[in-house]
Amino acid sequence: MKTLFKVIAWLCVASVVACGGGEPQDASPEPMALSEPVEVTLNDQGQPSAEVLADQQVLHRGNGEEPQTLDPHLGEGVPTTNIVIDLFEGLTTTAPDGQIVPGAAARWNISRDGLTYTFYLDPNGRWSNGEQVKASDFVWSWRRVVAPETAATYARMLAPVANAEAILAGEMPPSELGVAALNDLTFQVTLASPTPYFLGLLSHPTTFAVYPPAVQAHGSGHVRPGRLVSNGAYQLHDWQVRSKIELIPNPHYRLAEQTHIERVVFYPFEDENTEFTRFRAGDLGWTYQVPSAQFSWLSENMDSALVVSPWFGTYFFSFNLTRPPFADNLALRQALSLAVDRQLLTERVTRFGEMPTFGLVPPGLPDYESPDIDAENMTQAQREALARSLYRQAGYSESQPLTVELRYNTSENHRKIAVAVAAMWKEVLGVKTRLINEEFRVFLQNRAQKRVTEVFRSGWIGDYQDAYTFLELFHSDHGRNDAGYDNPIFDDLLERAANERIDARRRNLMAEAERLLLADQVVLPVFVYVSKRLVHPRLKGWQSNVMDRHPTRFMYWVKAKPREDSGAEVESN
Amino acid sequence: MLTFSIKRLISAVPTLFLLITVAFFLIRVAPGGPFDSERALMPEVEANLAAKYHLDEPLIFQYGRYLWQIAQLDFGPSFHYLDWSVNDLIAQGWPVSLTLGGLALVLALLVGIPIGVWAAVNQNKAIDYTVMSVAMIGISVPAFVMAPVLILLFAIVLGWLPAGGWAFSFDRMVLPVLTLALPMVAYIARITRGSMIEVLHSPFIRTARAKGMPEKEILTNHALKPAMLPVLSYLGPAAAGVLTGSVVVERIFTIPGIGSYFVQGALNRDYTLVMGVVILYGMLIILFNFLVDLLYAWLDPRIRYEDLNEGGP
Repeated sequence: MKTLFKVIAWLCVASVVACGGGEPQDASPEPMALSEPVEVTLNDQGQPSAEVLADQQVLHRGNGEEPQTLDPHLGEGVPTTNIVIDLFEGLTTTAPDGQIVPGAAARWNISRDGLTYTFYLDPNGRWSNGEQVKASDFVWSWRRVVAPETAATYARMLAPVANAEAILAGEMPPSELGVAALNDLTFQVTLASPTPYFLGLLSHPTTFAVYPPAVQAHGSGHVRPGRLVSNGAYQLHDWQVRSKIELIPNPHYRLAEQTHIERVVFYPFEDENTEFTRFRAGDLGWTYQVPSAQFSWLSENMDSALVVSPWFGTYFFSFNLTRPPFADNLALRQALSLAVDRQLLTERVTRFGEMPTFGLVPPGLPDYESPDIDAENMTQAQREALARSLYRQAGYSESQPLTVELRYNTSENHRKIAVAVAAMWKEVLGVKTRLINEEFRVFLQNRAQKRVTEVFRSGWIGDYQDAYTFLELFHSDHGRNDAGYDNPIFDDLLERAANERIDARRRNLMAEAERLLLADQVVLPVFVYVSKRLVHPRLKGWQSNVMDRHPTRFMYWVKAKPREDSGAEVESN
Repeated sequence: MLTFSIKRLISAVPTLFLLITVAFFLIRVAPGGPFDSERALMPEVEANLAAKYHLDEPLIFQYGRYLWQIAQLDFGPSFHYLDWSVNDLIAQGWPVSLTLGGLALVLALLVGIPIGVWAAVNQNKAIDYTVMSVAMIGISVPAFVMAPVLILLFAIVLGWLPAGGWAFSFDRMVLPVLTLALPMVAYIARITRGSMIEVLHSPFIRTARAKGMPEKEILTNHALKPAMLPVLSYLGPAAAGVLTGSVVVERIFTIPGIGSYFVQGALNRDYTLVMGVVILYGMLIILFNFLVDLLYAWLDPRIRYEDLNEGGP
């Protein structure tokens, strides 16, 4: 009987540790020992010198969910992009710091009117079967993207190209697309209207070239191992669905001698805790995310591996402007926004160093300056006082409080944030909030229909490095304008920005649009996202960047610093 | 026996048809579609996608098209994993689930039955109470608690076994098989004990004892077979369940079986994938229930299907 009690006691403790949301330090006193890297020295080409490189150059990367596809034209989502940018290279590509740099195209000219882009391909560009990357491959690929039967989800990346929209609608044949191969190495694009951010779009996978003969031969099956031909630093070696995707270097890649990682394996994880366990067990060198509940344990025990950096995304709530109580009630929207203590929320709830914000477009864009917002310069006490007076002005009071529905899609993080926001509204204004969580697709449908929503969770990660990717969401015609914002002045500002060639003017138009949007309090911005992951301290060559793009080809393992107490350390990765 | 078998197999057809029909329309009723995302699609692209996957046709046409497809054993393309057909996905994932579930099942039987018999023979003694209490805990501790505890202990603290991932190798299979098997061991032990006690009190055992038959022989020759009947009833649906994978175990150990497809498929509105795994699961249930009925007849001489079907002796 005694042993029985012991077993019961042990199981109770174990279950508390496992699912009590607690942090795991009780269960294992010693975290995995992460070896320290040696000092990195670079040679004259800016590459790491041979003596610091580790013998083993194999990288195991956690990669979120199973990618939907490895076809760059059909893909969607970060896990897909992470692999596709290792396999393929667009006309432009991104440097480790996220800057747009020449890729398959060595250089380009833009015509004076901003409508014609001429790309001169790198003569060293090669497919993984050794064939040259030709301008005609890009012509063929871009026509494939816009052909209706391809049904490319991200086809709108090519929407600025002449005739693209008509072809997508089936009104013109794909051969009418504004692209041409002037010769093997010259690719010319004609745009429908000047699109200042066009070069930025070219690092998006939808604009990459696929190898025409492989697609013609195998159709949608061209991405299988043994068939996939790619022009990036890596080629597909093995793919076991929901188990792993393994890449090896493309020996014909134009910069093949600068690729250090000899094998990179991407693992899908449906659960962030599982990925975290695998990192602790030493199975991974790079994770996709970290369990959000474990910040303090991570910063105490794995500080050398925890990487947190600003991301190009904003977490916000939207008001449904087509229904009561928020339609035509600016004061109420302002009151609710001012009552949220963003500082407290990011310090106590989200906890990973998210930056509180009152604006929509995240900071960090090289050529954009967000408008000044009055609320930013107040103390929280001042904001709350103002919130209370606006609340009364909107027709509510303690005896007649607002009752509101706050809707979010089912997720532990969204729930925590919603609970905190509701508590702040209650405390400052006496608002009664009903929290409603919905399964993701139900939530999306309700948002789009605008029939039941009042205030709901939103959020946006920019698709390309331009403020326009955030602002266009609120154009009255945009498919994701779930707030139902319909302001002709705002639409006009956006349309003028889309056609403006002069950078400074365009910048002012967009800043003015953002100012208007925030003054109308269409959204309740909360914080700027951070990307967070665990990276082995000996993995070098990558840099944090606002687009959170990390091609494997820049990475390399460096040797471990010999430990003073135990002599030379042997560690495999 | 043969007529019975044929009749049962023929009656499976309408059952499956009903299952397919209900599942097909139920998943279509769920709000949202497979291509909804937070990123808005251009209306043209949305139309092209709908046309590509025939989602623009009336539902009843789609249903007819689907029936025609599966009649040819083609479960169609996955709506979410765009590079694969549902047949591909099941062909890759099912061997994994089958191996894992099969091993867990065998382990559960090999451990559960002897424990149950042992407890029954020692009815109301300390051993009985201990074994049954532990079994109760085994049933109550869910896999999502058991699995992380096992990983923490054997992979991170002790470092004996890998923390997850899949390969057809002993070290990768130990923990997931154990997690899957433990609750089944407990169930089987409890059921075996209950029915064994009942059988041991029945008249024919008393007769055997009265004739002076050794207790051991009574157990193995006379009591065990009839005592297995309730275990068998449990085993039919349980086997179908465990052989089609487990959502929790696959998630926690990152195992590429087909169990997750039930949940992921539904969340992604991957209509064809959900249908594929539902049909597979349905067929297995029908198959195992049929096998269970056949085994009943073998275990219990009183059950004779021909006699029942043909109006008795």
